[in-house]
Amino acid sequence: MRAAEKLRPYLFTAPSMLIFWLFFLYPIGYMIYLSFTSWNMIHPVKEFVGLENYQELLADPDFHQVMSNTVLYTVLSVLIALGLALVLALWLNRSGWVYSMMQGAIFSPYIISLVSVSLLWLWLMDPQYGLLNWLLGLIGLPPSPWLSHNDTAIYALVLVSVWKMVGYNTLVCIAGLQSIPKELHEAAQLDKASVWSEFWRITLPMLSPTLFFLLVVNTISSFQVFDTVKIMTQGGPVNSTNMLVYYIFEYGFEFFKIGYASAAGVVLFVLIGLMTVFHFLILSRRVHYR
Amino acid sequence: MSAVRWFRKGAEILALAGIALMFVFPFLWMTLTALKGMDEVHVFPPTWIPEQILWENFAQAWGSGPFLTYFFNSIFVAVAILVLQIVTGVPAAYAFARYRFRGSKVLFALTLIALMIPPQLTFLPVFIQMSEWDLLNTYLPLILPYAASAFGIFLLRQAFMQVPEELIEAARLDKASEWQIIWTIMLPMAKPVLITFGLFSFIYHWNDYFWPLVMTNNDAFRTLPLGIAMLKSSEGSIYWNIVMAGNVILVLPILLMFFMAQRQIIRAFVYSGVK
Repeated sequence: MRAAEKLRPYLFTAPSMLIFWLFFLYPIGYMIYLSFTSWNMIHPVKEFVGLENYQELLADPDFHQVMSNTVLYTVLSVLIALGLALVLALWLNRSGWVYSMMQGAIFSPYIISLVSVSLLWLWLMDPQYGLLNWLLGLIGLPPSPWLSHNDTAIYALVLVSVWKMVGYNTLVCIAGLQSIPKELHEAAQLDKASVWSEFWRITLPMLSPTLFFLLVVNTISSFQVFDTVKIMTQGGPVNSTNMLVYYIFEYGFEFFKIGYASAAGVVLFVLIGLMTVFHFLILSRRVHYR
Repeated sequence: MSAVRWFRKGAEILALAGIALMFVFPFLWMTLTALKGMDEVHVFPPTWIPEQILWENFAQAWGSGPFLTYFFNSIFVAVAILVLQIVTGVPAAYAFARYRFRGSKVLFALTLIALMIPPQLTFLPVFIQMSEWDLLNTYLPLILPYAASAFGIFLLRQAFMQVPEELIEAARLDKASEWQIIWTIMLPMAKPVLITFGLFSFIYHWNDYFWPLVMTNNDAFRTLPLGIAMLKSSEGSIYWNIVMAGNVILVLPILLMFFMAQRQIIRAFVYSGVK
């Protein structure tokens, strides 16, 4: 009876832990191992090659471009989506059906499949018949090649990403704004602080944990962009939108260079790991200061 | 004074309408395109209202592949995942919330790590594992890696921790088994959380493109997002009206759910980040 009781928490957690071990933790270790091998998924032997894959990766000019594309895409999407969200949150953080409808409207792209988002924007950005070029024409601008030119394609993907993410960011910011104690705002108004200084002295500092959280989460998720690349550009034109996860996917599932793809996967793992650790360090520092 | 205020209010409404349009109009445009004939799709400047409303575009999109199979697979996979996540998640969350046991910190850390590791990081090794276990070309690669949800465990654990201890003590005095406690006390108290999590999980897996793309190479197991994406992949000119008709089929269930349960869905997704 007592032994059964002692065993119970382990039995209760075992199924979940088994899944987490088999499909989250172990695969990471397996990928690190694979990154030191040369293997084409079919050959029976995984040949150990040491650091060769990493050397090849670092020497590959395509990989350099992939990394700089990923960083450019991430920095632009995150900063724009966060800045716009802050403005929208301050504006829409009001009661009344108009504002709650607005919140619903800007949030709706976030719950839609990226397949739909990609196809929809591919059509809007069609160079010949797309609505966006018609709109540019309306305001007297020349048509843009959007996804079909290597100078503009990555910015077009950033636009799509911002469109999808901004509603989520806005609603998280609104939740953050609503958790600021009302007394702080009342005190500022009693002191006849200007709207501007109330924003800088109270709203922004109190919102900074929320903004920091969004910064980290958005950065990590933008870094993993795949669906829009796969459906809208396949990494082109001339590699201008090829980004890290798509690069791993291509090397793994189209060129069958498993070891090489795994090495690129390890790079992604390290970068995501660093961002996560950084997030926790800052969070724990905040807790200590209290 | 009042005129100025009216003017400002009017300007704000106008600006709000413009912003709302930027987010909602693409969906409207998708639907309008889905109803047009191909010759009208290729008209520039574009027409707004279709000259002729072609409902048969939907039938054509649906008939251009095994869409009944895709549709069934999407529902089957999303529901199977949700059921498994609840079956594995409820006892785990209960253990984390209510028991003190050796190693609980390690196991909780494992859960935390699972929460941090995205599928974009594990797809390659998991695919190879699945092929080594000879499970490719079954539903298992789609379902099994998602059979437990770290996010679900977190949400449920929080809900279970809020149940007053006295309720459980009273039940134990009545000789209730642990399963009875979970079933009759914990789950009813955690109902809002279960609904929140259910919406989140279903929408996530209904929408998912990446994981099924990697894990399937056979129409028998492909899901709807893959089928819709393939509508476009034929070489040559894209039949935008057909692609958009497929798109409407993919989006409509989610948008309808959003209309009906906007507040719960927003809460589900906003909380998925704010823990």
